[in-house]
Amino acid sequence: MPPATEIVTLMVNGDRREVGVPGHYTLLEALRYGLGLTGSKQGCDKGDCGACTVLMDGEPTLSCITPIREADGRRIVTVEGLGTARGPHPLQDEFDLHGAAQCGFCTPGILCSAAALLARSTNPSREEIREALSGNLCRCTGYTKIYEAVEAAAARMRDNG
Amino acid sequence: MLRLPPFSYHRPATLDEAVSLLGEHAGDVLPVAGGTDLIPNMKHRLFEPGHLVALRGIAELSGIRRENGCLRIGAAETLASVARDADVKKHVPSLADAAAHVAGPQIRNAATLGGNLCLETRCTYYNQTAFWRGALGYCLKKDGTVCHVTKVGKKCVAAHSADTPPVLMTLDAVAVLEGPRGRREIPVRDFFVADGIANTRRETGEIVIEVRIPLESSSRRAAYAKLRQRNAIDFPLLTVAVSVDLEDDGSTVRSITGVVTALGSRPRELSGWGEVAEGHALDEDVVWELAERAYKQCHPLENIIVDPDWRRAMVPVYVRRALEKLRA
Ligand SMILES: Cc1cc2nc3c(=O)[nH]c(=O)nc-3n(C[C@H](O)[C@H](O)[C@H](O)COP(=O)(O)OP(=O)(O)OC[C@H]3O[C@@H](n4cnc5c(N)ncnc54)[C@H](O)[C@@H]3O)c2cc1C
Ligand code: SF4
Ligand code: FES
Ligand code: FES
Repeated sequence: MPPATEIVTLMVNGDRREVGVPGHYTLLEALRYGLGLTGSKQGCDKGDCGACTVLMDGEPTLSCITPIREADGRRIVTVEGLGTARGPHPLQDEFDLHGAAQCGFCTPGILCSAAALLARSTNPSREEIREALSGNLCRCTGYTKIYEAVEAAAARMRDNG
Repeated sequence: MLRLPPFSYHRPATLDEAVSLLGEHAGDVLPVAGGTDLIPNMKHRLFEPGHLVALRGIAELSGIRRENGCLRIGAAETLASVARDADVKKHVPSLADAAAHVAGPQIRNAATLGGNLCLETRCTYYNQTAFWRGALGYCLKKDGTVCHVTKVGKKCVAAHSADTPPVLMTLDAVAVLEGPRGRREIPVRDFFVADGIANTRRETGEIVIEVRIPLESSSRRAAYAKLRQRNAIDFPLLTVAVSVDLEDDGSTVRSITGVVTALGSRPRELSGWGEVAEGHALDEDVVWELAERAYKQCHPLENIIVDPDWRRAMVPVYVRRALEKLRA
């Protein structure tokens, strides 16, 4: 018997979206294969790497191990929702300027973790940035450029009040 | 890509509803809290229940409050909220410390204290995909007949790998469970058994609803130290929790407890510590002797991929680090 389809309502990136997916899908599968939002990456797919990080009610969440029903009715922000083509999030600009993305696979998850940090405080210490990003693996950059980009984005957000 | 097997997901609003759902689907159901342990395990086909009963969102399982000389922590509270709670930080800082060192930030936002108490044991030969395990002929914890760690044994020795239980043991915490036959309390000290397949006394259908920690006089001090390869994300290779009650003079040890885990199937309470430390100050000689005794009692196996001789050599080092925090 094929698994039953369930209709789940997600408030994704400011839009109310209804999506019909098998009831055993994860939030990541619903985003990627139900809604075509392929920004969130399917890395390890078992909670180890952070590539699938999205914000659920503002909190960094591993969408690959979140059962879809736990996301029903919740506010989800993916990398697609952080900014727009005309108005990128300061983090996106600074990642670009600092070369903080190399292969880019970890970038959507790191941007989401960093955005949650900057939403709490636009004056984080290097240690707070390291801690906030400690659940996101990057195999390319060695993290230094990422930390510098986050600091630059924080400074820009402070300047813009 | 790791797909979940199909299941029906139930989201009860009350504890009664959750207990009856577990009864109704007995044999084909598991409770799920943060899912940070169970969901990866299901993706590995270690569990394939037809039904999941969600514990997030049940009011009776939430809240952290002080009541009748106890700190009561609802089982569905996340490790992130345990780590930042003002009462936890003030009264039982070693628990806040342990919770803050589990996995990484995203996992702590979902992982619960109840799930940490009930964490599945872990083993190099077990936490793998069905394909990987099948290539080796499986093992006796799941689908097979041999243990690849002991080679001969008929007993699974998978490692208890949770960080908060050793701390809860040193704090004399009690787990409160609700099940088809009512409510009962088990001291966390007695909660675990040395069986890698089912290492707790929790019975099928029972739900851990809360953890109660007696708030001792201010003379109790406790600390925690953890060995892992990276400073985030990783499970413990060794966790040490210690607590000491001091006499009124503020320096003589009245009683002392040490617990280590991530070695065998249950957290191990270190023996012979009282005779070394009680009646003395916790000076350097005493600390080294306690560490030496811990070393003699611990015999890690190859259940975790990291060299057991090295993990054993780290036992006295981490015992000393935990005890040094008490002295600080
Ligand atoms: C990458 C990674 C790193 C990790 N690192 C660590 C680490 O360093 N230290 C550590 O301790 N853990 C670690 N974990 C494991 C896990 O995240 C935590 O142990 C967590 O606290 C488990 O809680 P949960 O609510 O997610 O449990 P779940 O996955 O929901 O449940 C775990 C088990 O307990 C049962 N259960 C859950 N809640 C209850 C309850 N209230 N009553 C009865 N049964 C219940 C479930 O049926 C299941 O069998 C890690 C996990 C991952 C994926
Ligand atoms: S200890 Fe042995 S039986 Fe247990 S999970 Fe590991 S290999 Fe399997
Ligand atoms: S893809 Fe979710 S943590 Fe790796
Ligand atoms: S840029 Fe390649 S993994 Fe981070």
